[in-house]
Amino acid sequence: MPDNNSLREIASQVRRDIIRMVNGAKSGHPGGSLGCADLLTALYFEIMDHDPENFDMDAPNQDVFILSNGHISPVFYSVLARNGYFPVKELATFRKLHSRLQGHPATMEKLPGVRVASGSLGQGLSFSIGVARAKTLNEDDKKVFCLMGDGELQEGQVWEALMHIGSKKVDNIIGIVDYNGKQIDGPTDEVMPLGNLKLKFEAFGWTVLEMNGNDMDDVVATLRHAKTLSGNGEPIMILMTTEMGMGVDFMMGTHKWHGAAPNDEQRDNALSQLEETLGDY
Amino acid sequence: MKEVENREIIQMKEYKIINKRDTRSGFGEALYELGQSNPKVVALCADLTGSLKMNAFADNFPERFFQMGIAEANMIGTAAGLTIGGHIPFTGTFANFSTARVYDQIRQEVAYSEKNVKICASHAGITLGEDGATHQTLEDIGLMKMLPGMTVINPCDFNQTKQATKAIADHIGPVYLRFGRPVVPNFITDDRKFEIGKALKLIDGKDVSIFATGHLVWEALEAAKILNRKGISAEVVDIHTIKPLDEKAILESAKKTGCVVTAEEHSLNGGLGDSVAQVMARNFPIPQEYVAVMDSFGQSGTPAELMKHYGLDAGHIVASAEKAIGRKV
Repeated sequence: MPDNNSLREIASQVRRDIIRMVNGAKSGHPGGSLGCADLLTALYFEIMDHDPENFDMDAPNQDVFILSNGHISPVFYSVLARNGYFPVKELATFRKLHSRLQGHPATMEKLPGVRVASGSLGQGLSFSIGVARAKTLNEDDKKVFCLMGDGELQEGQVWEALMHIGSKKVDNIIGIVDYNGKQIDGPTDEVMPLGNLKLKFEAFGWTVLEMNGNDMDDVVATLRHAKTLSGNGEPIMILMTTEMGMGVDFMMGTHKWHGAAPNDEQRDNALSQLEETLGDY
Repeated sequence: MKEVENREIIQMKEYKIINKRDTRSGFGEALYELGQSNPKVVALCADLTGSLKMNAFADNFPERFFQMGIAEANMIGTAAGLTIGGHIPFTGTFANFSTARVYDQIRQEVAYSEKNVKICASHAGITLGEDGATHQTLEDIGLMKMLPGMTVINPCDFNQTKQATKAIADHIGPVYLRFGRPVVPNFITDDRKFEIGKALKLIDGKDVSIFATGHLVWEALEAAKILNRKGISAEVVDIHTIKPLDEKAILESAKKTGCVVTAEEHSLNGGLGDSVAQVMARNFPIPQEYVAVMDSFGQSGTPAELMKHYGLDAGHIVASAEKAIGRKV
């Protein structure tokens, strides 16, 4: 098991991958990807029980991660590759013709690690209910983690799923909201204010934890805590505060890098701020 | 019409009404039997358990039945997720709420994600009746057949709906199974095996091919009787599977008769007629007439009144057959 310093080193490499992938494709979503790099690194390298070398769609006796906000595919792909699900060099094919690394995650090209297509927002939590129910039917006590964007909570279907999970006590789900306060058109407070999410989730029957998604110590401790709490009658929601564009100074503090690719000069500037720890692909 | 005017009445296979039942009850019975025979079968319903006849399954297999409430989008996503772990989810609600309401959810998480979900839809078409156009979908076949990899089935009676429900449990891949509300003639006997994608020829004929689906199959048989009395030999083929379409059977029949009538409880746009026309245009262009709803919404009324009003009955099939025959070169 890697210690938190090792996880921080992996996350740095993941951030380099994100910048290089999005630059290479000249499109993609770097902002949210950078913000969630610490979370996905912690989940895949420390928290989840899973088997990267032998990907099995059915995930028997494995924890499952569902990425509902599919546009942050760069961080998902990088972490899957760095974890051993598929060759790291394949990251270079991101968003290119005939690639298994589609712009948004998909299963049709059989990329190991992806269990459902996502991109059209608001659907991952519903899918997670099904996975969670299947695990219960199969007497499999592993967990289902589902990451959503905060802007994504504007989709009505999310609240259908939140209501179902909370009221029917589907307690093997751990939801995570990337609470960065930004979406394509601007701050969520301007586009469509989300209100008091903690109170809303609690009113829907969830136990709410809060964490700084860019502090590896907090991320690992909170995820461990969530896993311990899970299965005791109430689903767990983690409100994860992150900084969109985390790790690259000119991408932070703005929504402008939600879905824009850095040019070569910007790429080099970004990479100069991120340590190469595992070797670039 | 001259060419057939003086023909003698020919022997024609007749179908007897075994009893009268709703197709949705065929679904409900089969689902219950699947619950007994296949532990992987699970069912989800969006607050219409009684309407979908899913009670027997729900009561006997409570651990495998999921009441989703009035949340169809969430139901489709949940069904897709249930396949992770090897289950075979059957979702149940009205056809309109099974398709148009949740099209993107089906598209992304079921069809594009290649999940083995069976979307089972009752109250399809205008025979839903008095509730009116908000609940009557006439677009669902078109919507669903446009999705790559989706199988689309519209069985014609109670027995066939039961057969089809069991068949889709053994089929790997997403399926849209469409059935209805009203009590209608049940006439498919057990020896007429149901095979996904395989058209069922019900009556041999040589003057016109009537390709019918769903509730219109019985009307096509009635039409064939009337045509027979007029000296016209109509071939009746039950196209229960609209996708994948049995092109071979369609072409074989059309080449023999030289003209086609399609009959369905669906919009003219996007239904069985469109699918058949595509086969004809690419392979063997001949006259084709459509018995379908002509690009309009439905309205309130009894099922029988509505079928008559929108021209979905034996009389209109007869008129269409005569018109198609008259257009033969």
